[in-house]
Amino acid sequence: MTDTPVGAPPQLVQLLTPEGERVRHPEYAFEPDPQTLRSLYRDLVLVRRVDTEATALQRQGELGIWASLLGQEAAQIGSGRALRPQDYVFPTYREHGVAWCRDVDPVTLLGLYRGANLGGWDPNAHNFHLYTIVIGAQTLHATGYAMGIQRDGAVGTGDGTRDAAVIAYFGDGATSQGDVNESFVYASVYNAPVVFFCQNNQWAISEPNERQSRIPLYQRARGFGFPGVRVDGNDVLAVYAVTKAALDRARRGEGPMFIEAFTYRMGAHTTSDDPTRYRISAEVEEWKHKDPIARLKALLSRGGMAGADFFDEVERDADDLAAHVRQSCLSMPDPDPDDMFAFVYHEPQPLVQEERSWFAEYQAGFAPADAAEPARDDLAGTTQGGAR
Amino acid sequence: MSPTTIAKAINEGLRAALERDPKVLIMGEDVGKLGGVFRVTDGLQKDFGEDRVIDTPLAESGIVGTAIGLALRGYRPVCEIQFDGFIYPAYDQIVSQLAKMANRSRGKIALPVVVRVPFGGGIGAVEHHSESPEAYFAHTAGLRVVSCSNPADAYWMIRQAIAADDPVLFFEPKRRYWEKGDLDAAAGPQLGLHQARVVRPGEHVTVAAYGPMVKTALDAAVAAEPDGTSLEVVDLRTLSPLDLETLEASVERTRRLVVVHEAPVFLGLGAEIAARITERCFYALEAPVLRVGGFHAPYPASRLEDDYLPDLDRVLEAVDRSLAF
Repeated sequence: MTDTPVGAPPQLVQLLTPEGERVRHPEYAFEPDPQTLRSLYRDLVLVRRVDTEATALQRQGELGIWASLLGQEAAQIGSGRALRPQDYVFPTYREHGVAWCRDVDPVTLLGLYRGANLGGWDPNAHNFHLYTIVIGAQTLHATGYAMGIQRDGAVGTGDGTRDAAVIAYFGDGATSQGDVNESFVYASVYNAPVVFFCQNNQWAISEPNERQSRIPLYQRARGFGFPGVRVDGNDVLAVYAVTKAALDRARRGEGPMFIEAFTYRMGAHTTSDDPTRYRISAEVEEWKHKDPIARLKALLSRGGMAGADFFDEVERDADDLAAHVRQSCLSMPDPDPDDMFAFVYHEPQPLVQEERSWFAEYQAGFAPADAAEPARDDLAGTTQGGAR
Repeated sequence: MSPTTIAKAINEGLRAALERDPKVLIMGEDVGKLGGVFRVTDGLQKDFGEDRVIDTPLAESGIVGTAIGLALRGYRPVCEIQFDGFIYPAYDQIVSQLAKMANRSRGKIALPVVVRVPFGGGIGAVEHHSESPEAYFAHTAGLRVVSCSNPADAYWMIRQAIAADDPVLFFEPKRRYWEKGDLDAAAGPQLGLHQARVVRPGEHVTVAAYGPMVKTALDAAVAAEPDGTSLEVVDLRTLSPLDLETLEASVERTRRLVVVHEAPVFLGLGAEIAARITERCFYALEAPVLRVGGFHAPYPASRLEDDYLPDLDRVLEAVDRSLAF
């Protein structure tokens, strides 16, 4: 890792330009076959389509809020596809693309945003932890999990199915959090197998990078004692290559690494946000030219690796997936009020039991005592002598 | 059966847990080579290694946050927060993460993490070393909160806390660390983790206390005896959940209750106990439930702590007020 002189443009690992041209990098390489390229393209399109559908569902009142990944598809698919099954993911609340790579049904993600649950999937079934909403808190969990991997002897054995790594996702704003900085310290001094994957989407709600750091974020890592690298976060090939190298390194027992995926939040922070209040549209327009999907489509088309049939098929698959997401969202049952009490503790707790029984009894008090009793309207009618 | 101190009893409890279950870990600042600033973890790193008795960087949120990660991987970490006043940097991890994970995951995740906290004053320390923050945690659903007051309880309660599948905040009466008492580790625990104990039967007023104040309450009971006042002392032991049944049974007999803790009276454990015992024992009570505790002022400079802390006389003053109703 070389330092960037002050004032010089930071280095950026790129393997696919915004125009869809392949370029070489001295340290990182990825030469996927056409089928892999097509499947990466498919993933990018599908997660964007799910995201669009979720935003629409929020606008129609079916979700309370949605945190869009628009523009960050390559950062998430590229890194998510670099994982092995035994690796473990600690996401923020925006990692819908990574969830896709871990076989979490996108519908499951909606429960949190619909208010039906607080995180509906089984983390251990997917090695994908629940979404964490407090900014940066999950980086410590990731580091602790990685310390557990070390204690299990599941690092540096050379056994590709045994050695495991952890990846912690967070954003540019989170780099200011104490927990994130503490996780860097812990990971560094214990040499824990964790990859810190920062999606620098340039904005922490309304606050630009300049409010978080005076130096490029990836350069922070050096001060903590491990390497940092900045990658073009809209280049799925480069993200894959860099993440794979970092995960391999961690699994070999060579310690943590920091990846800054340089990308852009094309939409609002969440559906509750209004970015027109704090950023100019010219910036958004500029980033539209760096779109992660368009550049891969250009590569596939120009290289004769995919034609209209393929692109149409992906669109159809995306529409089918969106329909599944919509339908399942609308038919998602409301939670049982008893759920408030059911999982607070693993072992019986008398206060929770007492309040749980009281509430059940209280609610039962609202049930009609006798179904045959006339409804209020009917009574009103009779007292008024049939004046209706 | 042999006499031992509270500090040594916790040490032996930790040792037994480390021996029994290879997933048990100790982590905290200075817990390794030094054996902790109070020597509670003395000798454990030497016998169980640096991977199981972990000296951590000086960052409390990091201690609890990484303990959560280790628990997610199947470990049972026992964290030491060096002093009560240093737990606040870990507050978010304890309250927003540790406490809520079981509920958030609909029971799919268990976090069997114990957070040990030497708490309370009376040691002549500088600021932030004498606090009683237990109510913050008792107020939080998802946590279990307990406090020991003697060596035998300290030994069994730490073992029960480590064996629990829920997170436990374990408050240790630091000024009583060196008090001696009998411990029979072969006999097994007399009580469950969440049971209170009548430590001294009496007739006229029930005095409920926990942690360091149990000894103060017992001293008050001895002092009251010559005046013909018989105090029943209940060691609460468990702060969340509360064992109200034991307390209720006592109050039904004595018809008077004084609750004592070092923590400030306002919104302290005593407030909750007063409300609940009043609801349960309304017709038995001869006097309102009275509270004795710290003032609504920051813990003072140590030369004033004897004025701040409840002592024998403050307990007896409340007992007199109760009897005067």
